[in-house]
Amino acid sequence: MSLERPTELAAVGPRSAVRGRPPVRWGRLALHAVLVILMIVWLLPTIGMLVNSFRPAADVSRTGWWTALSPTAQFTMENYQHVLAQNGLGQAFINSLFITIPATVIPIAVASFAAYAFAWMRFPGRDVLFIIVVGLLVIPLQTTFVPILRLFRDLGIAGDFLTVWLAHTGYGLPFAIFLLRNYMGGLPREVFESAAIDGASPATAFFRLALPMSVPAIAALVIFQFLFVWNDLLVALIYLGAANAPNLPLTVLVANLSNSLGGEWHYLMAAAFLSMALPLLVFFGLQRYFVRGITGGAVKG
Amino acid sequence: MDGRLITALIVVIGVPAVLFGYIVFTERLIRLAPDRFQERLRPWVWLFPAIAFLTVFLVYPTVYTIYLSFLDKFTKNFIGLDNYIYFFTTSDTLTALRNNAIWLVLLTLFAVGGGLIIAILVDRVRYESVAKSIIFVPLAISFVGAGVIWKFMFDYRPPGQPQTGTLNGILGSVGQDPVPWLLNSPLNTVMLIVVAAWIWTGFCMVILSGALKGISTELLEAARVDGANEWQVFRGITFPLLLPTIAVVATTMVITSLKAFDIVYVMTNGAFDTEVIANRMYKELFAFGQPGRASATAVLLLLLIIPVMAVNIRRFRAQEAMR
Repeated sequence: MSLERPTELAAVGPRSAVRGRPPVRWGRLALHAVLVILMIVWLLPTIGMLVNSFRPAADVSRTGWWTALSPTAQFTMENYQHVLAQNGLGQAFINSLFITIPATVIPIAVASFAAYAFAWMRFPGRDVLFIIVVGLLVIPLQTTFVPILRLFRDLGIAGDFLTVWLAHTGYGLPFAIFLLRNYMGGLPREVFESAAIDGASPATAFFRLALPMSVPAIAALVIFQFLFVWNDLLVALIYLGAANAPNLPLTVLVANLSNSLGGEWHYLMAAAFLSMALPLLVFFGLQRYFVRGITGGAVKG
Repeated sequence: MDGRLITALIVVIGVPAVLFGYIVFTERLIRLAPDRFQERLRPWVWLFPAIAFLTVFLVYPTVYTIYLSFLDKFTKNFIGLDNYIYFFTTSDTLTALRNNAIWLVLLTLFAVGGGLIIAILVDRVRYESVAKSIIFVPLAISFVGAGVIWKFMFDYRPPGQPQTGTLNGILGSVGQDPVPWLLNSPLNTVMLIVVAAWIWTGFCMVILSGALKGISTELLEAARVDGANEWQVFRGITFPLLLPTIAVVATTMVITSLKAFDIVYVMTNGAFDTEVIANRMYKELFAFGQPGRASATAVLLLLLIIPVMAVNIRRFRAQEAMR
């Protein structure tokens, strides 16, 4: 599945066709019951936290979130106001954007050239080199931390945004090249052949043909990399540091709060929900592409 | 802050522009070369930026880390295998190794098994896309967010006090004593894996569901017409045809469980015997100031993952051969 051609990738997506019909009506009923229970189980954790993030501190520490279903329950925006004003959450939100947008654009730009070369240029060692790139997908990031930290320190950029941009580019490239090469390789050969006959250089063929035709794959990749970087904790923790207050992204800030707030659940929950707001929006807005990106890259660990 | 905004803008527009200029410029240079060299030269020019990044950020550091794993905490003196011996003779790291083994087995089982069951069930109802979205949503939120959500699901108060954690609230409503989910080993590790499964089941489900749609309806109908029941259809047709996809999803989950970090870091930070290799590596590096031991830990992680990588590459080559 993971390494199939894009024509097949494109066919993977939510489809509503109903297939197969169990003969017994009771079986149908059990099927619906099981699915509804599963959906409730999957939703409940998030709903519980969302409800609690709007409840006053005293209620959160004394009673469960489900008591908010009673008509006398009180709700407040105070938790959100507090974390935005006191814990630097607004700044962290902006930091997350600063980290994520360049760390999405750079690797995809670099990968698209390499992917085109792998897909449409003939050269000795091409297949071996591509397999090495795919192999790099599974290198645990942990094995790279110590040398790269030293490199950044020697360059004098430790703790800077630049470090996470560069690191995410390196880490994101194998997957980006892999996905784009598979998509570009599936584009019709005749298009490139006739362009070459018409005297178009590879650069022209790339910018005028391959790139515009690969927009679906690039869109999937953009969403995937965006969410990957936005949700990343480890890379930010290593290269920015947990105590690097002005540069912290949301994930590190929420993790810090989680370790230090102990009893102040109500603030933690509001902060956590704010950190999820953008990914959830991206997810619901662009679900089709997101699913395609994932089905196209099942190899990424 | 404005300065940073400008920097980010320059990078976002500048990097693609520089790459564009690089290709246009080198294309001019290549044209100057003799004809027979042009075709040979061009791919390497196009690959150069990617290869440079991959070399600096993945290949070189991995090799260097292997070297560091044989050095002491000052990364000056060669100490042979001491860091590895330390790993295999310290109870904390052995606990981490044991926990990763539990992660590997249970997360793969929960996520792949759950994903398969849900993919098959959901294929038979009209609200399929809604159900899939709901199961899939946790993947869009960060592991940090998931950690916070579940910390509160698992919240524990001594018996007699009103419970605020959802799970203990449910237990209380059926007259059971609350359970300290995250305190007792090995229950706590299993509970952390449940969080990971909550996230990853949707991933497995989407991929398996995609493969399921690829199985021809006629084939299934033919079997049903011939009198096969649903279980026979699953065992005889669906399951064998899904097997390659199941293998891909399972290897992904194996790698995921070996790399497990965020959930543990946020929820317990390895306390109460929930340590995992990746979190241990982070502690060795930053809390204990032991780059040598941290490197050895990372190398062990790599050694555990290489066999999985080998399987992946072999499958990739087999599929390429069929293209």
